[in-house]
Amino acid sequence: MSRIPTHLRTAEIVFLIAIGGFVGANLRHVLSFLIPGLGGTFAANVLGCFALGFLVYEAELVGVVARETSYVAGTGFLSSFTTYSTFALETVQSAPLVGLGYVAASYAVGFTAVLIGRSVARRLAEGI
Amino acid sequence: MVDPAYLIGAGASVGAVLRYATGQYVGGVAGKRSFPYATFTVNVVGSFVLASLTFLGAGEDLLLLAGTGACGSYTTFSSFSVDTVRLWEAGDRTLAAWYALANLLGALFGIGAAALLTGAW
Repeated sequence: MSRIPTHLRTAEIVFLIAIGGFVGANLRHVLSFLIPGLGGTFAANVLGCFALGFLVYEAELVGVVARETSYVAGTGFLSSFTTYSTFALETVQSAPLVGLGYVAASYAVGFTAVLIGRSVARRLAEGI
Repeated sequence: MVDPAYLIGAGASVGAVLRYATGQYVGGVAGKRSFPYATFTVNVVGSFVLASLTFLGAGEDLLLLAGTGACGSYTTFSSFSVDTVRLWEAGDRTLAAWYALANLLGALFGIGAAALLTGAW
């Protein structure tokens, strides 16, 4: 489809993901100051789940967002804004009951946020 | 003294690109299987590395660069959640539940391994 050489295309994708990642991780760090403790990671993960849920289903149902945008926003920004490693380490470092509640809440609210993102994308698709 | 935003951002840029590269590689190896191996792999490996850095007592700057930045961005909760919901809605409910549990067990296993290797445990 495109006549751009493969290695230039790869370089472009790498560049787009790196830019998104730069911003996403910094925003997660800012949230950890605004909401101290487990709440900062929780908020970043849930917000990111909603936004990525929307993006993924938007791509499937509507398709207005360009592929390049989804590299910056999805693969770069949102996947870096959310984190599994900090979530897992915080779980281990918490008291057992708190850790269990943290996992249960992150999973339950995170999956629900994806579903809400999906329903927003569906509404958008119906409106077109 | 480097501004924390640059440390986090530089680490994150590398972490995010490495996640993409891992996805390309693992996707090629395990592309026809329905278990999302790529996200599982980054979450387990990233948890192991972050825990190792923490247990080894890495300094503040290194933690911002390699921990908050690189490992935080290498791993992902949003892709993990979208993977799980997609498996569930495709009818693979047992696989969805197993995938959600496997990510947690894998990450905890990685942290446990880091604790053992660094002598923190």
